Amino acid sequence: MMDAPLSPAAQVAAENDKAVSRRSRLLSLPALFIVFVFGVLPLVLICIYSFLKPYQNGGVVWQFSTDAYLNFLFQRDIFDDTLQFAPDFLIIYGRSIWYALFTTVVCLLLGFPTAYFMATRPPEQRNWWVLLITIPFWSNLLVRTVAIMFIIRDEGLINDMLIYFHVIDKPITMLYTDFAIILGLLYSFLPFMVLPLYSSLEKMDFRLVEAGYDLYASRWQVLRRIIIPLAKPGIVAGSLLVFIPALGAYVPPLILGGGRHLMIGDLIAQQFGSGRNWPLGSAQALILMAAVLVALYFYSRNEAGPVKHG
Amino acid sequence: MSNSKVAIDVRGASRVFKAPGQEPVAALDNVSVSIKENEFFTLLGPSGCGKTTLLRLIAGFDFPTDGQIMLYGEDIAVLPPYKRPVNTVFQSYALFPHMTVAQNIGFGLEMQGKPKAEIDARVAEMLKLVRMEPMKDRKTSQISGGQQQRVALARALAPKPKVLLLDEPLSALDYKLRKDMQIELKRLQTETGITFIFVTHDQEEALTMSDRIAVMSKGKILQVGSPHDIYDRPAVRFVADFIGETNFLSGAVKSSAKGNSKVKLECGPEIAASSDDGVKSQGNVTVVIRPEHSNLCAAKQGQLKGVLENAVYFGTDTHYHVKLEDGTHFMVRQQNEGGAQKAFAIGALVGIAIDEGTARILRD
Repeated sequence: MMDAPLSPAAQVAAENDKAVSRRSRLLSLPALFIVFVFGVLPLVLICIYSFLKPYQNGGVVWQFSTDAYLNFLFQRDIFDDTLQFAPDFLIIYGRSIWYALFTTVVCLLLGFPTAYFMATRPPEQRNWWVLLITIPFWSNLLVRTVAIMFIIRDEGLINDMLIYFHVIDKPITMLYTDFAIILGLLYSFLPFMVLPLYSSLEKMDFRLVEAGYDLYASRWQVLRRIIIPLAKPGIVAGSLLVFIPALGAYVPPLILGGGRHLMIGDLIAQQFGSGRNWPLGSAQALILMAAVLVALYFYSRNEAGPVKHG
Repeated sequence: MSNSKVAIDVRGASRVFKAPGQEPVAALDNVSVSIKENEFFTLLGPSGCGKTTLLRLIAGFDFPTDGQIMLYGEDIAVLPPYKRPVNTVFQSYALFPHMTVAQNIGFGLEMQGKPKAEIDARVAEMLKLVRMEPMKDRKTSQISGGQQQRVALARALAPKPKVLLLDEPLSALDYKLRKDMQIELKRLQTETGITFIFVTHDQEEALTMSDRIAVMSKGKILQVGSPHDIYDRPAVRFVADFIGETNFLSGAVKSSAKGNSKVKLECGPEIAASSDDGVKSQGNVTVVIRPEHSNLCAAKQGQLKGVLENAVYFGTDTHYHVKLEDGTHFMVRQQNEGGAQKAFAIGALVGIAIDEGTARILRD
């Protein structure tokens, strides 16, 4: 048998396929352009800056140096130029990780029942609940954080009420404490936990819950063996969406912590502002990113099993 | 079967749904039924008739607003599902997607806190029973619909329930697979000796598998009986209409004795019809005759007369549509024999011969 040449129709079809795939690639160009200009390029700049020397009024001197990374862990003695271990930044990083972890866990504990409640409402009510959860996004984070400040400060709403009803006679100090920072973080990031949890619980087939009860599982066993494993994609997504931004949070610790309990975000901002040490700020930002990536790697390795990452 | 123990006894169960601002709806209205041990009992009815509601009350996913549900003499109506020795095969199987076939089957036993060795042995036994041994380590998403069905059955049977509830378990399968599973289900029921309560809207499924059928409509049970009873002796119009095809003829009772009456039909002739006890033996009644209990014949020989309007060929049989003298339509179903068919011309006057003793008077 001879190899038959492609029929005219088949040729047109093949051409058409090629044209379609060419066109669909073109569609992604605007997004790729934005990601490159505002994502990749700044990252490259930061990377370069972190290996330069600071200029005294901000900006950089184009001279290669690893000082920024050394300064992260050590302090150069002014007199004899020796390096001394200085854990100040590490402490701030440790504190940030602790705050972020704590925020994530509390968000999960608060968010799960909320999301479960939303997912078990009649379908026509669910969108209203989603809308309610997103209400905080309608106003600026800064404004909302200042509002928290007004509520919890010594002459704030809570203390005034408690004093008015003679529950206490001196105000409880809440503002500018760890509690205030964590409250701010919780408030800022709770919706980011609730929404992914809701979306995975909403997709769940609740007959599986009935099947669990039918097969002699108690409420607790159904939760542990059926609902939680099925909500895992939402738990993973929600935890990441809370942990990562909480780790680099800037506004809540600045306003509610009063600058006394710095977090990484404030530290980095300081280097670019009053600290006038852009290379150090760049190095700190990159170290934060590296830490997040390493954490993600281990997290995904542990969770990879039954969960398919999108 | 008649002298065996009662497994499930539903006594005056009602389930009324009340939504604010709406009229309360009785999904189940004062239903009483006894289901015997080792019985294959079917709840049959159209969607919304309350059959699934009744099943959910027995399973414990829902609770009656009134009445009792007795399991071997103990009222279980208020027990949560995990405290009832009753298991369910769900309509779309509801297999746990994050577990393997074997883990699904062992789940009930695990929750009961059975030792691991016992669970493993029972799971192996169940896999064998439903012929799924080679698939035991597959995820439930990696097996076909028919196989999922088998796993769902094995999972529900593994904890040795006193009663197995099946909620339209075959409705998601294609025709051929459904036929196979019907036989398979019947085999499992015989082998395990467990009481099956089967919910379906498919009358054919009900007739082929059940020991007894309860026909339901609008939250009530209309008739309970063997497939034979239900088909040949429908008590009310709904049952006669829902199961199989039927001709309804109106008439008035002329005389009646011991369940046998003479009925003067509106289309002219007088025929003999039987009825159950308690059916009214005077006044206007409805008589039912199954299409296959009648034959087409020459106009003079038939008990009924009419004009042949249409003949539809179905391979095994032919349906003849006859318009009777008073305008009612009557369908005759006749088995096709090999060779040439007796030809009845469309538009011709034909007679209909009714098999003796098959005409029935309905209760309503």
